[in-house]
Amino acid sequence: MRLPAFRYLAPKTLAEASRMIADAGPDGMLVSGGTDLFPNMKRLQFDPRILVGLRHLSELLGVSGDPHRGMRIGAATPLHQLGLHPAIRARYPALATAAGSVATPQIRRMGTLGGNLCVDTRCNYYNQSYEWRRAIGFCMKRDGDVCLVAPGSPRCVAVSSSDTAPAMMALQATVVLSGPDGERTLPVAALYHDDGMAYLAKRPEEILTAILLPPVDGLRNTYWKLRRRGSFDFPILGVAASLRLDGDGTCTDARIVLGAVASRPVEAIEAEKLLLGQRLTSDLIEEAAMAAYRPAKPLDNTDLTLAYRKRMARVFVARALRELANLP
Amino acid sequence: MGEEKEEYSIIGRPLIKVDAMAKVTGETKFADDLALPRMLHAKLLRSPHPHARILSIDTGPAEALPGVHAVLTGRALPIKFGILPVSQDEEALATEKVRYVGDPVAAVAAVDEETAEAACRLIRVEYEVLPALMSVGEALAREDVRIHDYGPRGNIHKEVALEFGDVEEGFAQADHVREDVFFYEGSTHLPMEQHAALAAHGPDGKLCLWSSTQTPHYVHRALAKVLELPASHIRVIALPNGGGFGGKSDPFSHEIVVCKLSMLTGRPVKICLTREEVFYAHRGRHPVTLWFKTGVTRGGAITAMHFRSYLDGGAYGSYGVASLYYTGALQTVTYRVPRYKFEGVRVFTNKPPCGPKRGHGTPQPRCALEVHLDKLAEALGLDPSEMRRRHLVQPNSVTVNQLRIGTVGLGECLDRVVERSGWKAKHRKLPFGHGIGVAGSAYISGAGLPIYWNALPHSGVQIKIDRGGGVAVFCGSTDIGQGSDSVLAYVAAEELGIEPEDIRVVTADTDLTPVDLGSYSSRVTLMTGNATIQAARKLKAQLFEAAGEKLGVPFDRLRAAHRRIFDRDNPEAGIGFVEAAVLAEAKFGTLGAVGSYTPPKGLGKYKGAGVGPTPTYSYSAAVVELTVDPETGFITVDKVWLAHDIGKAINPLLVIGQIEGSVYMALGEALMEEQAFRKGVHKIPSMLEYKSPTFLETPQMESILVETLDPAGPYGAKEVGQGVLLPVVPAVLNAIYDAVGVRIDEVPASPEKIVKALEAQRRGRASGNGRLPSVTFPEPTVVQPTGA
Amino acid sequence: MVPSPTLAVNIAPLRDVHKALIRLRVNGETHEVYVPVHKTLLEVLREDLNLTGTKHGCELGECGTCTVLVDGEPVLSCLALPIELQDRDIVTVEGLAERGVPHPLQVAFAELGAAQCGYCTPGILVAAKSLLDQNPRPTLDEIKEALAGNLCRCTGYIKILEAVELAAQRMTGNWKRETGNWGTGSGA
Ligand SMILES: Cc1cc2nc3c(=O)[nH]c(=O)nc-3n(C[C@H](O)[C@H](O)[C@H](O)COP(=O)(O)OP(=O)(O)OC[C@H]3O[C@@H](n4cnc5c(N)ncnc54)[C@H](O)[C@@H]3O)c2cc1C
Ligand code: SF4
Ligand code: FES
Ligand code: FES
Repeated sequence: MRLPAFRYLAPKTLAEASRMIADAGPDGMLVSGGTDLFPNMKRLQFDPRILVGLRHLSELLGVSGDPHRGMRIGAATPLHQLGLHPAIRARYPALATAAGSVATPQIRRMGTLGGNLCVDTRCNYYNQSYEWRRAIGFCMKRDGDVCLVAPGSPRCVAVSSSDTAPAMMALQATVVLSGPDGERTLPVAALYHDDGMAYLAKRPEEILTAILLPPVDGLRNTYWKLRRRGSFDFPILGVAASLRLDGDGTCTDARIVLGAVASRPVEAIEAEKLLLGQRLTSDLIEEAAMAAYRPAKPLDNTDLTLAYRKRMARVFVARALRELANLP
Repeated sequence: MGEEKEEYSIIGRPLIKVDAMAKVTGETKFADDLALPRMLHAKLLRSPHPHARILSIDTGPAEALPGVHAVLTGRALPIKFGILPVSQDEEALATEKVRYVGDPVAAVAAVDEETAEAACRLIRVEYEVLPALMSVGEALAREDVRIHDYGPRGNIHKEVALEFGDVEEGFAQADHVREDVFFYEGSTHLPMEQHAALAAHGPDGKLCLWSSTQTPHYVHRALAKVLELPASHIRVIALPNGGGFGGKSDPFSHEIVVCKLSMLTGRPVKICLTREEVFYAHRGRHPVTLWFKTGVTRGGAITAMHFRSYLDGGAYGSYGVASLYYTGALQTVTYRVPRYKFEGVRVFTNKPPCGPKRGHGTPQPRCALEVHLDKLAEALGLDPSEMRRRHLVQPNSVTVNQLRIGTVGLGECLDRVVERSGWKAKHRKLPFGHGIGVAGSAYISGAGLPIYWNALPHSGVQIKIDRGGGVAVFCGSTDIGQGSDSVLAYVAAEELGIEPEDIRVVTADTDLTPVDLGSYSSRVTLMTGNATIQAARKLKAQLFEAAGEKLGVPFDRLRAAHRRIFDRDNPEAGIGFVEAAVLAEAKFGTLGAVGSYTPPKGLGKYKGAGVGPTPTYSYSAAVVELTVDPETGFITVDKVWLAHDIGKAINPLLVIGQIEGSVYMALGEALMEEQAFRKGVHKIPSMLEYKSPTFLETPQMESILVETLDPAGPYGAKEVGQGVLLPVVPAVLNAIYDAVGVRIDEVPASPEKIVKALEAQRRGRASGNGRLPSVTFPEPTVVQPTGA
Repeated sequence: MVPSPTLAVNIAPLRDVHKALIRLRVNGETHEVYVPVHKTLLEVLREDLNLTGTKHGCELGECGTCTVLVDGEPVLSCLALPIELQDRDIVTVEGLAERGVPHPLQVAFAELGAAQCGYCTPGILVAAKSLLDQNPRPTLDEIKEALAGNLCRCTGYIKILEAVELAAQRMTGNWKRETGNWGTGSGA
């Protein structure tokens, strides 16, 4: 399969990149590692006339700071490097694990953190060739006007499939967006809409330049990923969790974020509430896992059945919490 | 041919393959690596409907696109073809009807792929959409909607009913009778190389096709038929296949189309299928529903077996008639079955056609049978490995369905895997979540009959020796990674007393090489090996005669080894191979010889008796140990022990390679691979979503070779490419039961099925057996056992 | 009768092509090619530089067959743009042997039968080379992890793992392979 034709622009600075993408308007798209965009373009899910390459912008590269003061990760940092970074591995294991479980070793060397946070939502009626989609009937996400998974749905319910997004939310990270009118920061949680088409709360011409991780101070965190094989596969469920426990084991802070259960990562607020102010026992964890699993509403558009994936939300939340609570 | 020489110099050694260095340096040319000057690129327009009538095709806009050189529709290629003479039901491009999403309808040759693809999109086809029949049940229910207009009735492509001995009498004698229903999902070969073909029709009127095919001879015949050219004007060259597994054994639309496009444009035309198109080309494992009813004595001896299979054939015949017969043929060649009844049906559906995948038609019944036996053993309170061991078929016997058995290494295979795995200490004794399972199996070493009726050899080999001592072996066989080129070199080197690297092997070229029927049905080593021995021994006789004259040593004292011909009793007395070649050429003229092989005829005379006979059966046994996560249903296969009766390992390295590859493919089928459809369309035609195991799913593996030296095989050798896949799948299912106490009578045993079965068990509900499609089978042909 | 829908079709692949003169350093040799910028590295290697040793199985990033090295790291040539790789060090399977002397990985793959059909082999060889260059004494799990982005349908992976271990052992001299009771075959 081949790429559709496009013009390739290689800006030298962030400012130049902003101008280029703004000028290109709806004909333009940003590309970083290309590991999400290029397969999608080959299937004609996108056919931009202009690509603006971000890979080499120095403003988007580099990892700085430390776990005590917080860290800044350039958006064009390859995922592979996150897994190698000693401080990230030691103190932000949710991120290191999530980044280290994306796709394959090759793709982790090409794919970037910014691209991973912006990765297109997925659906097995949509991540298909042009001819395939034509055969089954185009859907509203591209070229059509209905949803084939949920025919009554007014919106697309394609699945948020980023591994790092739930991890970033559990770590309460923020993103830096840079547009023609300047810079703004946004909590990662606010970067997403629950809409398979307009899944990013970012203007098309805004460039994600960096991710800011808050200081860790005692935040335990982890990421659990469900997929068929140990490699290649997108998450069909991701569970990122972070906990802060005080001296006697009482939970003072809890975040549980589910990936791949909706068009955006979903925070399990009910479950978090159950944990706060409590000491983590097996029973409490079971209860929290039940609470986290209830709102998970997977649909039949990824690998494995939805009933199974929903059921696994409970199992994986429990496992993630047990890991953080040091329970067997 | 199977007699043992006192000592081999090549046979039995773990030598490197003759093409190994080319493969590791990127030198090997696969079909898509070829390019010719002025070459055009072709694309196929495929049907977007699972079932539809073609009302009109407008190629005008496509023809008008700059860069387009030719647009082709089925009207230019009206002659039907198909691999089996009984089902010539395929068209290179559909003319009246399309029968699955992906069925080729038109083709374009253009300056590049992009232009060809864009032109395909501009072709306007008007269809009348017909009801899509996506399952055996639907296809049987809608007799009014016929996918093809042949076959006994409705959408039944082929039905069989055979009874050998009186099964009812056998059931009456049994202490215990049990019935089980299984479902074995379809899967695809997924060779890493996508099919590719390049055709060049020259100004001399001759046509040459280079293709990634396992069966150049059958492609050759199909081209002659459809293109209406004399076969002698067509040359088919099979390139080394980047994996085949049965998926490149049919003549394909794209092969015919590039030939026709080259004839129309006067330029070479190449096509390479996309991965998605490879899923449509398919010819993979049939989804089969299976039913077994077996009677046993208290000791586990089978008194009668009644078996039914329901094959979901997909849209075309392909090898399907053979696949159907194969589901019923080999139940009798492992454990003694004195009375046997087989009823089966293959049904057309609107899906890519199924055909032969590694094990062709036999993994499904073998899986069901071995699980069924596991259940019987448990009911009888017998150890399943011992029950199998006690009731093996006898060597040199004849089965109730008149199959001739040669050597049988199954008992030793079972013993070895039981011993090596520590079975006795583990079976039903491992902690919850850990389990172990066993199964046995058998497979053919080449089919007794060719695909089209003829009295000709199945394999031919020609060897020439030049005065420089150069030896070239010519054979029509195709190397698909299994090492068939190397086997030719090893055998010729052994016979002529030289080294494999002294030999040039020329294969799979219909202009240059004698016919070999192709790389399917595990026939190549046995058949080409025997043909090579025959050719080489003719030349050896000439070399010995010339050398003997010179040395003054009688003929039968001469030996050939280490590039010398010498006196057995006085090895110092000898001459070099090159010198012998010169002497022989001086004495006899140009040195060349041919050899050929035709397998012995089967015993059976009944209709269908052609499927099952083979020169010799290979046998295998597997033990699988695995861990089930009862919460997620995920399975980790910890270790597989696989013992195989190889007859004689011509190269143990290649044998073990085939075992490991088969075990891998079996685990893929057992646990995850699934050719799934939704709304008439292949649900997951990609390498990402069609799940195949990665490096990380690789278990430990121990391969054990058992040698029984079968007189039918070259040096005693049997097949290894396919049979070893068979016992692994049921051993997995049996191990799951041992681990968590639930029976998954279905393949693949995906995590969701395991979780569901455990849930049902917790609630005290038996996970119910599947339902059988409703089919009235014809009255069986009754075949009286010949009292052997 | 249900008529089939008539749709405006997307022939985006054909529109105005932006070409560029691109300098690529492949296996130590510098090439200048004037190609459409949307041509992938895979296509340029195979079609413009005649380096057909690099194979493809999906062109979508889903199989690893097209793996090449860029500055020593394994990447997928089917998803890489040459215009982004100017003056980087690209190594393909053709660049593994030096002056006709095969790399120890190539020898080990040949000896152990780690290449059956050989189609996945070029990609796996370069991925393995990258591993051994960075980690000369990998554990079995490290080898599996490093090669987890490459599919093979023939070998069941066992012989490949053994060959990487063997090559590593030969390249480092003293270190012992882990291979013990797995992937073994015992003769009759
Ligand atoms: C076989 C396969 C398996 C995969 N498995 C996984 C998986 O398991 N988990 C997973 O999360 N992903 C997976 N992916 C998707 C993808 O590889 C990763 O998400 C990767 O991190 C994307 O990063 P990239 O830099 O390549 O993104 P690109 O493809 O360059 O971009 C992706 C999208 O983000 C936009 N974008 C990129 N960078 C920026 C930026 N700085 N500012 C604004 N917008 C930007 C692009 O315009 C595009 O729309 C897989 C892909 C493949 C082909
Ligand atoms: S969820 Fe519905 S609209 Fe969205 S991609 Fe899937 S089928 Fe299309
Ligand atoms: S060809 Fe499959 S990953 Fe590139
Ligand atoms: S050797 Fe054939 S795919 Fe790996």
